[in-house]
Amino acid sequence: MTELPVQTFQVTRADLVRYAGASGDFNPIHWSERTAAKVGLPGVIAHGMFTMALVGRAVTAWAGAPDAVVEYSVRFSRPVPVPDTDEGTEVVVSGVVKEVTDDGLTRLSLTATCNGDKVLSMAQATIRKR
Amino acid sequence: MPLDQSFVGRGWPPTEPYLVGREKIREFARAIGATDAAYHDPEAARAIGYADVVAPPTFPTVLTNISSRQIITDPGLGLDYSRVVHGDQRFKYVRPVIAGDALVCVNTIEEITQRSGHDFLTTRTDITSVDGEAVVTAWSKLVQRGMEQS
Repeated sequence: MTELPVQTFQVTRADLVRYAGASGDFNPIHWSERTAAKVGLPGVIAHGMFTMALVGRAVTAWAGAPDAVVEYSVRFSRPVPVPDTDEGTEVVVSGVVKEVTDDGLTRLSLTATCNGDKVLSMAQATIRKR
Repeated sequence: MPLDQSFVGRGWPPTEPYLVGREKIREFARAIGATDAAYHDPEAARAIGYADVVAPPTFPTVLTNISSRQIITDPGLGLDYSRVVHGDQRFKYVRPVIAGDALVCVNTIEEITQRSGHDFLTTRTDITSVDGEAVVTAWSKLVQRGMEQS
């Protein structure tokens, strides 16, 4: 089975602030320890869509084309806590080719983990290779 | 109170066109660390057949973060956004978003379910050009967590 190379992405608080501004998602659970604790989270967590974007980078890099993705879906199964340290945390992304269809589509099954926990489930992308 | 099932199938009027800027795509690509030349350099995008820089796959979230306010603030639906977490996300693309696109979002509620005291709301956003050309469809499943039992 063809596998995508494992990629590790470092995620810091600064990344979350930058992503909040770029995406327009200013939910305070992604930057305020106080708010995160109030809603029962272990601390400030990454935007789910930021994790999805990192996995998307791994997919387009493997496909070799920035416009290769025709379908992409994930379930956010666990939060990604990001401590207020210089190192932050790490998201590890891997994937396998599940199917290559007759009409030229490749279906990938994707995995993202943080501290050994799966943070996405049922993550899949369909790509059209150039 | 559980979300009102009669909202399944409900749609909202198309949003005001969102004009996709080259710098916004570059900003988004930088924020996710995406360095492909076609996200940043119009010449590189033209070389693969696009009129201007190409947006990364999850860029449509910039549009749905704006358009979903129609749903979140609908007084009839009565979503308590402080209890909402993002459950699932799916995109189906006809083509990538390109700088210079003027895009319109049409929101629909596809499904409302209840389980273990939580509400699950699936929204669908059809993103088209102002001329009606389909570009991408986004589905989000939002989970409204139940009130704490005490």
